[in-house]
Amino acid sequence: MTTNGFQIVVCASLVPDPLQTLEPASGQGTPTLKNEAMLPAVLDPWAAHSLYEAAHLAKNVPGSKVYLVSLAPKAKLQQLMMTVAQKVPFELVALDGSASGFTDAFEVAAALASAIEKIPGLDRSRLLLFGGCSSASRDAGVTMQLVGERLGILDQFLAVDELKVQSDGSLRILERIEGGRYQVSVCSGAPAMLAWATGNLPEPANSPQVGMQNMRVVMPALQKAASVSVGAGSINYVNVELPKQVRSTKVVKDVSAAEIAQELFEWISN
Amino acid sequence: MENILFLAHTESDGSLSKAALEALGAAVELCSGQKNATLTVGLIGEQIDAALTAAGGCGAARCLAVCGEDFGVSRYASDAAAAEALLGACKASLVLAPASSRFCRALPGLAQRVSGRIDTQVSALDSSSGELRVQRWFYRQRMVATLSQSQRPWILLLSSGAFSPWQGGSPALKAEQISVELPDTCKRTKVEGFQAPPADAQTIRPDAKILFVAGAGWTKKQAAPENDAKKAETLIRGFISSAKASLGSSKSLVDLSAQGQEVLSFMSHLNQVGQTGSTPRHPKGLSTCCHGEEPHVVGWRFISERRAINLDAGCGWAHGKADVLYVADAFEVMEKLNELLAKG
Repeated sequence: MTTNGFQIVVCASLVPDPLQTLEPASGQGTPTLKNEAMLPAVLDPWAAHSLYEAAHLAKNVPGSKVYLVSLAPKAKLQQLMMTVAQKVPFELVALDGSASGFTDAFEVAAALASAIEKIPGLDRSRLLLFGGCSSASRDAGVTMQLVGERLGILDQFLAVDELKVQSDGSLRILERIEGGRYQVSVCSGAPAMLAWATGNLPEPANSPQVGMQNMRVVMPALQKAASVSVGAGSINYVNVELPKQVRSTKVVKDVSAAEIAQELFEWISN
Repeated sequence: MENILFLAHTESDGSLSKAALEALGAAVELCSGQKNATLTVGLIGEQIDAALTAAGGCGAARCLAVCGEDFGVSRYASDAAAAEALLGACKASLVLAPASSRFCRALPGLAQRVSGRIDTQVSALDSSSGELRVQRWFYRQRMVATLSQSQRPWILLLSSGAFSPWQGGSPALKAEQISVELPDTCKRTKVEGFQAPPADAQTIRPDAKILFVAGAGWTKKQAAPENDAKKAETLIRGFISSAKASLGSSKSLVDLSAQGQEVLSFMSHLNQVGQTGSTPRHPKGLSTCCHGEEPHVVGWRFISERRAINLDAGCGWAHGKADVLYVADAFEVMEKLNELLAKG
């Protein structure tokens, strides 16, 4: 087991609450969402899982510390921290900028990597870079690899559901692959990048104590959040639209289960 | 004029996967539609012989390969190094590759190394305007964008099921070997193997003709007391097995499983479709006991023919999204349906 613990840096931003109706807004330049500033936000789901896994790991490996690096509009981030900060202990590194899904992943990765490099006293030899395997906004699944590459991390894992630190300090990792299977890999140790899927941990309950502890550093971090300009970069959005297809649903009722089963059987068999 | 590199990793037997053949089909079509475009095939794998045959007749000007034991496994460091060498050898402006888990992990790193750009899960390509435009989904399949990119190289990972596969031809390709020496820093990760459910417990089948989506309604208290979670499990298992279907689940049902409640023992997060799950492509889909409006329905965005069974005639999951909604008790219907499937 590693003696000095891990320095776990979690990259996580905010996304519109999945229950909200989303609509692209037309305009010049980078597309946006209609009423984007007004949409309630949540911590990006897969990145949130990675934060919970990071906290769980830090709790079990003495000497470990969790940093949360987040690029988002400062005001919305502050609002989000009121709930997220009650979940698990972390130190926030805030960047004030767009969290839109239409920004260029390369610009976002550059900003995140630069912020991570500036974390005082960060021991890169003990670094575990965590994040979600794909955001619920851009949904490309590339940002974490780009950040990892910028930080010179050559051991990278995507769609991770399980990490076990073995007795010799090596990392045993399960990654989702095709066909509902896992690839099992063993990495000799940090540094490594793990982009998480859901993992195996439930969302932690809110803890006011953890919240108070976190908020002591969250508020100063928000106050000194550097302003970052991220846009669409070299991407030209020709068009963004909602899927138009609305099906004419035939409703079948007052029909026996046997008749429905027969109809389904014929449909499946064709 | 684009200099196109079709990039693929081979399977353990040296062949190309269905997704890779689809990407090759798209590359050939794109190349033939562009004046003066050239196509290079790049292969990564321990063995490549079957792939050379499968890609035969594709019209590639060159075929380059990085082969050997180090490149037989799916590992970021070795895959990124191999891909970098292949791209460096052909100086392609455009890279088309399958959106496999292996390439989704490694090729973003390649894009960073060559100061290129990458788009994943691309579902359509169009160069009819003279400019290459691609289509991909944002906000978890909630909206679709058509975009172009001025930066090169541009790496495009193509969604499986969205393109017609290359059907093969002759002659087989002949590969030029590109040598890549991996330093020890690229071998810190060892692939130990794979974990898969036993064959009879396999519930995720990407090539299945039908996706069966189970919702949390299966676990709710039913009018008939014998219709409990155990019976639901038997019915769903029976259908998955006899129809050779793939099993998807709503988030709420998977979360119940993860919380240790007695629900469906074979259900895991891997089965989850939708906002925080997958959006598989199958010709047909049958949803049962699913509830929820638009955000929850993206799980079957790419299902062609859709039918649903629900006790609620106003079910938001189905209205406007399914072709047929059967207002009925799924326990009763699935029991009868399984009997019919058993008889063949």
